[in-house]
Amino acid sequence: MQSSFPFIPESASTFAGDVDAVYFYISGVTVFFVTLISLVIIFFVIRYRRRNAFEIPRPIEGSTKLETLWSVIPLLIAMSIFVWGTKVYFTQYRPPQNAMEIYVVGKQWMWKFQHPTGQREINELHVPVGRRVKLIMTTEDTIHDLFVPAFRTKADVVPGKYTSIWFEATKPGTYHFFCAEYCGMNHSGMRGFVEVMEPAAFDNWLSGNANQVSPAAAGHTMFESLGCASCHGANSEGGRGPALIGVYGSNVVLSGGGTVRADESYLRESIINPQAKVVTGFGPIMPSFQGQVTEELLLALVAYIKSLSTAKPELPTAKPPATGTPQSANPVR
Amino acid sequence: MEEFTIQPPRTNYLNAAYGIKSWLLTKDHKRIAVLYLGSVSFFFLIGSLYAMAIRLELLTPQGDLTQSSTYNKVFTQHGIIMVFFFLIPSIPATLGNFLIPMMIGAKDLAFPRINLLSWYIYMIGGVLTIYALLAGGVDTGWTFYTPYSTTFSNSYVIAAGLGIFINGFSSILTGLNFIVTIHTMRAPGMTWYRLPLFVWSHYATSLIMILGTPVIAITIILLAFERIAHIGIFDPAAGGDPVLFQHLFWFYSHPAVYIMVLPAMGVTSELIANFSRKNIFGYKFVAFSSLAIAVLGFLVWGHHMFVSSQSIYAGMIFSFLSFAVAIPSAIKVFNWTATLYKASISYDTPMLYGLGFIGLFTIGGMTGMFLASLATDVHLTDTYFIVAHFHYIMVGGTLLAYLGGLHYWWPKISGRMYPEGWGRFSALVVFVGFNLTFAPQFVLGYMGMPRRYHTYPAELVSWQVLHVLSTAGASILGVGLLIPLVYLAWSLRYGRIADSNPWHLPGLEWQTSSPPPTENFLETPIVHEEPYAFAPPGTKEVIGKFEKEAPAEA
Repeated sequence: MQSSFPFIPESASTFAGDVDAVYFYISGVTVFFVTLISLVIIFFVIRYRRRNAFEIPRPIEGSTKLETLWSVIPLLIAMSIFVWGTKVYFTQYRPPQNAMEIYVVGKQWMWKFQHPTGQREINELHVPVGRRVKLIMTTEDTIHDLFVPAFRTKADVVPGKYTSIWFEATKPGTYHFFCAEYCGMNHSGMRGFVEVMEPAAFDNWLSGNANQVSPAAAGHTMFESLGCASCHGANSEGGRGPALIGVYGSNVVLSGGGTVRADESYLRESIINPQAKVVTGFGPIMPSFQGQVTEELLLALVAYIKSLSTAKPELPTAKPPATGTPQSANPVR
Repeated sequence: MEEFTIQPPRTNYLNAAYGIKSWLLTKDHKRIAVLYLGSVSFFFLIGSLYAMAIRLELLTPQGDLTQSSTYNKVFTQHGIIMVFFFLIPSIPATLGNFLIPMMIGAKDLAFPRINLLSWYIYMIGGVLTIYALLAGGVDTGWTFYTPYSTTFSNSYVIAAGLGIFINGFSSILTGLNFIVTIHTMRAPGMTWYRLPLFVWSHYATSLIMILGTPVIAITIILLAFERIAHIGIFDPAAGGDPVLFQHLFWFYSHPAVYIMVLPAMGVTSELIANFSRKNIFGYKFVAFSSLAIAVLGFLVWGHHMFVSSQSIYAGMIFSFLSFAVAIPSAIKVFNWTATLYKASISYDTPMLYGLGFIGLFTIGGMTGMFLASLATDVHLTDTYFIVAHFHYIMVGGTLLAYLGGLHYWWPKISGRMYPEGWGRFSALVVFVGFNLTFAPQFVLGYMGMPRRYHTYPAELVSWQVLHVLSTAGASILGVGLLIPLVYLAWSLRYGRIADSNPWHLPGLEWQTSSPPPTENFLETPIVHEEPYAFAPPGTKEVIGKFEKEAPAEA
């Protein structure tokens, strides 16, 4: 767990080095200015110490030139940090296409993960090295935050919406993750490990947990048991409600004008609060499923609807994913 | 410099009347300041006890001093007490209250009764909060984030919230009083550019107080409604948005950081100028940078929410604005430093605190850039890096300036001198202890230690090493803070009697007896000079070369 130098955290994601580079740049600027100011102050304090009780130094008015100089130089340095930091942030916070998607649900005080093939884990997450992984996250109760120091990323999980982080692990190992948003009594116990494995070992691990029901398959079962089919059609081809085939990732035209991109958050909202954004041509007749489905089953329903739009709909049987499930990439946030 | 000799009048504000009633019903801003001094110190003591408990608990990775639920209350209550009942009122309500009228040559604040009222409101808010702590405590963190505070916390959220709500009115009234006083009560000749920078920074602070505090009041009301009646402002199940709370909270609480640090900057300007017998370099830049901070400070709240599911483009804008607000602070630091050039610098205790402030505030400010920068903030936010950063601002900044100011004006407030040797010694102890406490926390945060953690993984040995260093530092800091408590109390009775102007300074507050009479000045002073006018008029140096100026008209 410890890196070779004990006071620098382990670095194990593709962008961890970039974040560290910004970190060390700001550290350099900080050390330079703090040293400069301290040395100047110490020099002045010694050089211009009061030598007799009656000395009165001459007043100095100030200098607009100097003021300009020490406003503009810090501003330029600050802007360079701003630009660089923003650039790296956009990498950190915009998940790439074709990432393997893992669903995450936080609850007091544990983290639940589900792989696209159905494997479930608690407070432990197995991921392959060298493959892009996107975590689609929500919470059953209050706000939490998934923080993996070695990957240099974190994001809050917020009730009522999906957030995400992504990473591509660069070396196998075991890395801590933490809940970083205070969430009550056992907040500091809400932590675990990311197991980064060689791809072959990971595939092996996945197949060793076979006979799992994938989220999409579980969603399909839910779709039937909740009676969704009566309006959306037995094969989701549509009826009194809009067709669900191909809806994910498309731009939906709303009644009353406007369009919305049908991403995970929109799908979730349409189940929980169907009246919020009604598809044009349909009446606001769908009942709310608020309180009837857990966050995990909601994610399953969303996964099922997503599977209707992907080239390779996921089958109800477990299978090791090839090189990540191709999904239409669409930032959740 | 002209020397004034003033015959001390027999009565001063301290002995003008006796008895508890003469204090509790006083309308004298100086007595109200002393009331605040006592109550603020009391809350600081409580907050410090919580801090001690936190540092002791974190000595070991496992939880052994308290249970998690208790620990969560301890850090919450440390935050609430320190932020709302110590840091925010500390300098404005004590030193500001005492000195603003004296510095501008006024007899009192514009609304003496409202001034007393604001102390009572502060005390009612404080007592209610103490009740919340004694009845069972609060465990939401001082930030009261929803939906934890509205739905999940089983603690005295509403009582504590109400205490803070009530206390807010004290801030608003104090701010209002200061603004009206500075506008209308300046002595003849006291133009805006003749105001000491302490007054400028309090003016900027007061603006934030009256514009920002109502927002936290509204937010607390909404929080209480949500918790009691579930009205659905913040609860997504009822169509609300929990992140909305964070927007509202930080819209006040980020500017509140400037309520805490702007007065400290004002104190530092006084200390640096007066103890180097120089006018402040770039007076107008320092004065207007306070206003710039007050204005820009309202536009950066979103930098607390870079990882809270805020849009990445909003993050970008808030990051940009946060870098912008760093510039006026940098201007102040450079001007203070430049003031020392060719000065006559004394090493008295207040100056040591003033110099300490510059160093620690610089570190606090520069480390803020790690958090304004989006990429590094994602890694560092909600870790001990944040904890270290804001303690550098609030303890290294505000507390040091408060102590410096307290020593500086102690002769004026109490009429007694504090023991200089002990003063210097304790300033040094505080400086060393402070750095040892909080510098390791920067490293801890970078390593990934989240804040508000009762326990941490035992296998991370370096984490424990850093925590042990921090706790050791906190012990030194604690001793460093106890020493002044003892000798200041001692000096009230045994300290050398202070004369009216023990530091030989030109400021108006020193041109009256120590302690001052109730009406501050026996005659209304007339101001002819710019502030910090040590040298006789007629000589001015423009960077390196002297220029003779025509003597100013009398």
